[in-house]
Amino acid sequence: MLIRKTHLLGDEIRSSEITPQSSFEGKRPSRRGFLSTAGTLAAGSAMAALLPRRAFSADKLETVPGKFQTTEAQTPVGKATTYNNYYEFGLDKDLPAKNAHTLRTRPWTIEVSGLVKKPLTVGIDDLMHYRPIESRVYRHRCVEAWSMVIPWDGYSLSEFINFCQPLPSAKYIQFISLVDKKQMPDLPSGFDWPYSEGLRMDEAMHPLTLLTFGCYGESLPNQNGAPVRVVLPWKWGYKSAKSIVKVKFTDKQPKTLWNEMNAVEYGFYSNVNPNISHRWSQAHERRIDGGAFPHSIPTQMFNGYGDQVASLYSGMDLNRDY
Amino acid sequence: MPSRYIPYLKVLVHLACLAPLLWMLQRYRSGALVSEADPVNYITHFTGDWALWILLGSLAITPFRRLHVRLSNLIRFRRLVGLYAFFYASLHLATYIFLFSGYDVSAALGGVRHGHLSEVWTQWKAISPTVWEDLKVRRFIQVGLFSWVVLLALAVTSPTAMLRRMGGKNWQRLHRLVYAAAIAACVHYWWLVKTGVRRPLPDTVLLTALLLVRVGWVLLKRRRGAMKASTSRVSPASSASSAQ
Repeated sequence: MLIRKTHLLGDEIRSSEITPQSSFEGKRPSRRGFLSTAGTLAAGSAMAALLPRRAFSADKLETVPGKFQTTEAQTPVGKATTYNNYYEFGLDKDLPAKNAHTLRTRPWTIEVSGLVKKPLTVGIDDLMHYRPIESRVYRHRCVEAWSMVIPWDGYSLSEFINFCQPLPSAKYIQFISLVDKKQMPDLPSGFDWPYSEGLRMDEAMHPLTLLTFGCYGESLPNQNGAPVRVVLPWKWGYKSAKSIVKVKFTDKQPKTLWNEMNAVEYGFYSNVNPNISHRWSQAHERRIDGGAFPHSIPTQMFNGYGDQVASLYSGMDLNRDY
Repeated sequence: MPSRYIPYLKVLVHLACLAPLLWMLQRYRSGALVSEADPVNYITHFTGDWALWILLGSLAITPFRRLHVRLSNLIRFRRLVGLYAFFYASLHLATYIFLFSGYDVSAALGGVRHGHLSEVWTQWKAISPTVWEDLKVRRFIQVGLFSWVVLLALAVTSPTAMLRRMGGKNWQRLHRLVYAAAIAACVHYWWLVKTGVRRPLPDTVLLTALLLVRVGWVLLKRRRGAMKASTSRVSPASSASSAQ
């Protein structure tokens, strides 16, 4: 069972003591004043409406060095922010960087529902300041056989899950991404939008799983999934859902977009696995770094994070449950 | 189109077909290609796209020249355009082997520079298991390779001397395989893109149109033939004068 250790408001204030929505409306919230544990989306948007409308895309973040680093050469920021799979903004990899300027990342809330003690809605700025932002350098392996090394900024998703107080019956967590035809005029047809991804609870609680607000020391560029995404370095890139607006706790394996599209190729777990028979070989990956030409390197099981995560899958046949 | 223009027009066709390659080489020299995040992916798609487009271009020549009798010597460009399709398909295949599959080109070149020619082979041995596995299990690789092999056969038999040696009927039979190559190329494209991606659609629509035009042409000729046959019974003299 998950035990709630901390409140987003700080240890000294309980959620039940939060100023009711009616009395703070019209007032400017303090930095740490939190929103609606009262549990309505209305509270979230009322609050968010008070926040200044700014382009947050290039804000510097205050970060502390994270637990997870790598000595591998990092992908230059220019490449990591212009070569993206964010299909809502177009199917070619250069399109998200060109089109995603239409994404409005403020106001932004995450609606938490499902098997939790109390449904709630959380504003992005409060979420960002809930825990110190760590800078962690992760390998990122796309199912298309290219990879990057990216310094992400965020904190462990487990912190947020603990705050959400899921019920013991919650076995899975689902992430729903934004879908809005107005902000995504090129939204391609043929996909069952909104984008949905999911994890088993132990995967979600794993310390490597990062609730991510930035990369390269700045808040996330829109095309990289602003304002908040998850990053799962041991899974194919598409598991790391972008621009999250809803989090659901469920007792059944949630539907995920790529798995629904093609279950044979995109399993629910989608752990990086060089042995898996895919449309193209997954034995190698083109490492995109500062080098003049990308070079091929062998792909590692769990993208090289086996020491940390292999135990999550002990007893499972990963060639069947992929 | 007077045939004295043909040599000049051939120069233009050469330039037009080489333009994509020259453009890519220029991008490489200027550094623009290298600053692409994933140049290998870019080159793979670039050469594949142009191979298919030029192949479709060669297939468009015949329907186009049937539009008007004065366009009929467009046939003189068909082999040229077809050979360029094979050329780009070969670049595409080479990209797959030397850049996509993990072949370490810089190590091989370094070896050659230092007089160790065997390095080329060593690097091939390193990637050959991946390539063999691709050939054995990946449908899109198989169908793509089939398309290239057909184009190779057509390229080898394209000189006029080969046509003479084979005889017109056999040659034509073999060269009708170009339709199979084009269909295989489109299937290759559909099988490789991720589910939900419809990038091969425009090419497929164009190919379908080019094939349907041919079916239409055959049907039309048959109907004309039938009409001629029926009129010839009435008046053999008039149909004899219009016979081709």
